Amino acid sequence: MIPAAVRSTSIRFEDIDKRYGGLYALRRVSLEVAAGECVVLAGRNGSGKTTLLRIAARLVRPSAGKISFAALGTNEHVAPTSVGFVAHATMAYDDLTAEENLLLFARLQGIARPVQLVEELLREVGLFDRRDSLVRTFSRGMRQRVAIARALLNAPGVLLLDEPATGLDPQGTAWLVETLRRMRDAGCTIVMSLHGESEISALATRAIRLDAGAIVADTRAGADVRSILAFADA
Amino acid sequence: MWKRGLVGAVVLSLVGAAAYASFFIAPTERTMGLIQKIFYFHAASAWAGMTAFSVCFVANLLYVWRRQPKWDSLGVSAAEVGLAFITIVLITGPIWAKPVWGIYWTWDARLTSTFVLWLLYISYLLLRTLVEEPDRRALLSALFGIFAFLDVPLVFGAIRWWRTQHPAPVIMGGPGSGLEPTMRAVFFFSVLALHALMVFLIVERYGLEKLRMELDDLRREAEVA
Amino acid sequence: MSLFANTTVLLGKELRTEFRSRELLTTTIVFILIVLVLFSFTFDPLSEEARRFGAGLLWLAFLFAASLMLQPCFLREQTNDTLSALRLSVSDPFVIFLAKLTANTLFLLLTELLLLPIFAIMYNVRVLPVFHWLVLVFFLGSLGVSIAGTALSAISAQARMRELLLPLLLLPLLTPILIASTELTSALLDRSPYVQWKGVGFLVAFDVVFLTALWLFGEYLLEE
Repeated sequence: MIPAAVRSTSIRFEDIDKRYGGLYALRRVSLEVAAGECVVLAGRNGSGKTTLLRIAARLVRPSAGKISFAALGTNEHVAPTSVGFVAHATMAYDDLTAEENLLLFARLQGIARPVQLVEELLREVGLFDRRDSLVRTFSRGMRQRVAIARALLNAPGVLLLDEPATGLDPQGTAWLVETLRRMRDAGCTIVMSLHGESEISALATRAIRLDAGAIVADTRAGADVRSILAFADA
Repeated sequence: MWKRGLVGAVVLSLVGAAAYASFFIAPTERTMGLIQKIFYFHAASAWAGMTAFSVCFVANLLYVWRRQPKWDSLGVSAAEVGLAFITIVLITGPIWAKPVWGIYWTWDARLTSTFVLWLLYISYLLLRTLVEEPDRRALLSALFGIFAFLDVPLVFGAIRWWRTQHPAPVIMGGPGSGLEPTMRAVFFFSVLALHALMVFLIVERYGLEKLRMELDDLRREAEVA
Repeated sequence: MSLFANTTVLLGKELRTEFRSRELLTTTIVFILIVLVLFSFTFDPLSEEARRFGAGLLWLAFLFAASLMLQPCFLREQTNDTLSALRLSVSDPFVIFLAKLTANTLFLLLTELLLLPIFAIMYNVRVLPVFHWLVLVFFLGSLGVSIAGTALSAISAQARMRELLLPLLLLPLLTPILIASTELTSALLDRSPYVQWKGVGFLVAFDVVFLTALWLFGEYLLEE
């Protein structure tokens, strides 16, 4: 479940461009995320955060540039299914139960003993009692838990989250913070986009600000965390 | 600029020469008379149209592989020009059929297949109008274009195999099927002329498409600013 | 995970979802019935001509129904962005297409077989002696419809006016299927039924061509 040890993975973005027609969503973005880092991406709507995350998740193909992953200690290229992705959307079927959804994705990913793993995960995210309920009946917070459970199925070395706290009540947010903390402490590399300072941003070991598709500030380069996060809502 | 005009003039004179040849050089066909001469443009247009669609197919494949906008521009240009020639085929067919068979549309196998071809490429163009984002539009229409082109031999095959069971009047036997030597020469000259026209039109349309794309890019940038 | 195993898992989901609600199946069956009845008003259903036209009308009805039934195929994956979840989970994007087209073929085949007795009664044709051949023809034809339809549904889901677009793209493309299947079915429903092997070969060729095309280009259909 929230594994004791995870294959900590680093990410490298090299000169990533993403164009939609004549407009650049991302412009020559180069970034190295070290294994085990917990990075917060801040920026206004349309700054390219979602695009960057979706490129990292291999859902979007960059117009130019390369992205690569390497498991810690090796130069080994990591397969995409070792990346967990949580977006705005639930990414689960409304017409299936929580358990059916997780089993489906577990089996597709070829996970051994899926039934057992899914049961453990459901307990961990606190949905075991509702495992036979259709996802359609779930609240926003519960959907988020399903989404995270799905992302964690493969014990990913990288976890990507696109504004994960949106629409969550304080209880949901607290649970999210706790879960991410445990993943981080287990060595998982986390990259998440946030709208501003919050309990979640406190988990970060690094903050980066995007504006109009380019990186404009990075705590690793000495920028101030507060200032990066403060302007996020502007 | 004047170079384009010169090329255009050459092409048009070629087409004019072909028309002249069809009327005055090619002998009049015995049974059908004057109306048969429409065959030279009808069949040559069909060939030019098919060549244009083949160009479109290659452009589509190249776009999916390379993702360079120029292949998309070539694809849509070739498709539109091809469609224009096919439209000529569909119009000249009935013009010929009426005096000869008494009816405009005889459900001749080749003409019917051509009609389906026409519908396929109209759909290709319609698809393009329904996708806003240029890269998406290029990719989706390229993929549909590929499927459509793969379908063409199947359409022609099916119609020829099964629809010719019904005794339908065949519109002007295929080229070379009993064409007298002079006629054959005039026919191939027409094919050449119309292919020259096709290339000229595609190049012009391609230039237009590039301008349009530039304009769109500027417009988008202006909207954002 | 192997292609086959992955496809089976996803196919299971597609089937389970549909059989739980049965909304696609029921609406498709009713639609075909409506079309068959409406067609009957345009000529004398019990005349000799009806026997000859019957097969064609049946396949026209199937095609119209399919072009409607195939729309939700990729549209419903947009609801919660489940398409992204699938793309992240499967080893090969072709799995998604393979599972969906198999499910669609089964759904189409099921509706066609359910409607066959009704059609036989309405148009007074004998289907029992050639039933197994009819199943073969229905299967090969429906497979072709599904392959092309699933592929095009992925395209239309990304465009505007998608409800109208799918039939527009699909129906001209399926002309060969319509012709071959009609001829095959017509031959089987004839007073002295026979199997047109040329037609069977043709349908197989269509299916192979488009399945190959889908295999080669499928991943681009799902690209973002």
